[in-house]
Amino acid sequence: MTTPVQPTVEFTNVHTRFGANHVHRGLTFALAPGEVTTLLGPSGAGKTIILKLIIGLVRQAEGSVRVTGQEVTTLDGPDLTALRVNTGMLFQGAALFDSLTVFENIAYGLRERGETDEDKLDHIVKERLRMVGLPGIESKLPSQLSGGQRKRIGLARALATSPKIMLYDEPTTGLDPTSTRMIDDLIIAFAREQKITSLVVTHDIQSARRVSDRWMLLSQGIIAADGPVAEVSENNQLVRDFVSGSWKEAV
Amino acid sequence: MEKAKEILKALGAYALLLSDVARDIFKHGINVREVCRQIMLIGVSSIPIVLLTAVFTGMVLALQTAYGLHRFGAKNYVGNLVGLALARELGPVLTAVMVCGRVGAGIAAEIASMVVTEQVDAIRALGGDPIRRLVTPRIVAGTLSMPLLAGIAVITGILGGGLVAVLELGITSHQYYRSYLYAVQIRDVTDGLIKSCGFGLIVSSIACFKGLRCRGGTEGVGLTTTAAVVTGSLMVFISNFFFTKLLIIIKFK
Repeated sequence: MTTPVQPTVEFTNVHTRFGANHVHRGLTFALAPGEVTTLLGPSGAGKTIILKLIIGLVRQAEGSVRVTGQEVTTLDGPDLTALRVNTGMLFQGAALFDSLTVFENIAYGLRERGETDEDKLDHIVKERLRMVGLPGIESKLPSQLSGGQRKRIGLARALATSPKIMLYDEPTTGLDPTSTRMIDDLIIAFAREQKITSLVVTHDIQSARRVSDRWMLLSQGIIAADGPVAEVSENNQLVRDFVSGSWKEAV
Repeated sequence: MEKAKEILKALGAYALLLSDVARDIFKHGINVREVCRQIMLIGVSSIPIVLLTAVFTGMVLALQTAYGLHRFGAKNYVGNLVGLALARELGPVLTAVMVCGRVGAGIAAEIASMVVTEQVDAIRALGGDPIRRLVTPRIVAGTLSMPLLAGIAVITGILGGGLVAVLELGITSHQYYRSYLYAVQIRDVTDGLIKSCGFGLIVSSIACFKGLRCRGGTEGVGLTTTAAVVTGSLMVFISNFFFTKLLIIIKFK
C-alpha cells in the first residue's frame, strides 16, 4: 500500500472578493511536489491573485489555502516570512528594486533572512547569476538591463533563497524568442534538477506546452479544466477553444 | 454616507500605518544609515527652496509691517513683528508647505511607482516588510528634517526682513536686531520647532500612506501624488491651529 503524497499547495473551495467583484468562486486544486503546472485563462480572470494567495499577499474571503500543510491565513510574523522565503516568485515585470544594484537585488531575500556573511552572499549571488546566464553584472542597476535580462535577474533573486516552490507570473511576456526559450529552459531545469514545485501563469501557449506537466484553465472563478497537457489540450473543448483563440466565454 | 464611510476607513488605515511604524521602531530600532540617506534627500536637498521662500517672505513681511506701523510712528518695531511672525508661524508653516510640495510629492510618487510595478509586493514576497524598509526611514527623516529646515527658514527670513529694513526703510541694523531680540523669546522659537516636528510627521506619513494606497497604474501615480500634496498641505494648516492651541494651553498652565 502506498502512502498518498502530500500536495505542496492545496486550494479548497477558495472564494476571493474585492468589494463587489467576486473573483474566485470556489477554487479547488492541488499541486504535487516537483510538478510544473501552468495556469491558463483570460486576462482579468484572477490568475495572478492565485499566486499572491499562495504567499499570503492577498487573503481569501472563504476557503482554505494550504502550503506544505500549513494554512496560509493563520500564518503571521516569522512563520509567514518563512513561507515566503521558501517560495520564490517571478513577477510579471520582474519588480526589481530600481534603487539597488543587481547584487543587492539578488541578496535582498538572503539579508531579510538574516544572512550577514558577505563572502557567503557574494558566493550565492555569483552562483545564481551564473545559473541564469548573466555572470559579471552584479554592479549594474536594473535601468541598465534589457527586458530579458531583468526577467532573468528576477529569477535569480527568486531562487537566491533556494525555494521549494516557484511561482512565475507571465515569465515570457514581451520577450524575444531567444529570451523566451532561455527562460523556459531555466524553468524546466529548476523543476527537474532541484525538484521545485512550479506554478506558471502565462498566455504564451508555446511556452506553456514546453515547460508544463499539467494545465489548469481558470474560467469564471473556478478551475474549468485540469489535467496532463496532452490530455486536456486534445480532449477538453474549453482548453482547445482557449488555445485556438475561438473561446468566447465572458470573464 | 458612502463618502463618510470611506473617509472613516481611510482614517483607520492611516492610524494603523502610524501604529505599525511605532511598533517597527520599538521592535527593530531605526536604520540609521537609511534615515541619514533620507535626511539628505528630504532635508539637505530642500534647503535652496526653503532659503528662497524664507528670504522673500521676510522681505515682504518687513515691507508690509513697516507701512502699517509707520502710521503710528512705530516703524522701529518691524523687527519685533517679523521675528515673532517667522519664529512662531510663518517659518514652520511655510517650510512645511514647501517641503510637502517638493518632498511629499516625491515620497508619494516613489512609493506609488513601487506599488504599481509590484516592487512593494516583491519586498513582502522576499520576506521583507515595506513599513520597515520604506515607511519608517522616511517618516523619521521627515520628522527630524522639518525643524532643522524651519530653523534655517526663520534665520533666513529675519535676515531678509533686516535687508529690507536697512536698505529700504531706513532702520539701522542695530535697531532692527534689537527690536527682534527684545520681542522673540526662546519659547517662541522652541514652539515653532515643536510644531515643525509635527508637520514633518504629518507631511511624510501622509505621503507614505497615499503612496502605499496607490491603485491604477501610471495614472494612479499622478493622482496619488496630487492627493498627497493637497492632503498634506491642508493637514499642515488644520493641525497648525491645534498645535498652536495646545502650546498656548501648556504655556499658560
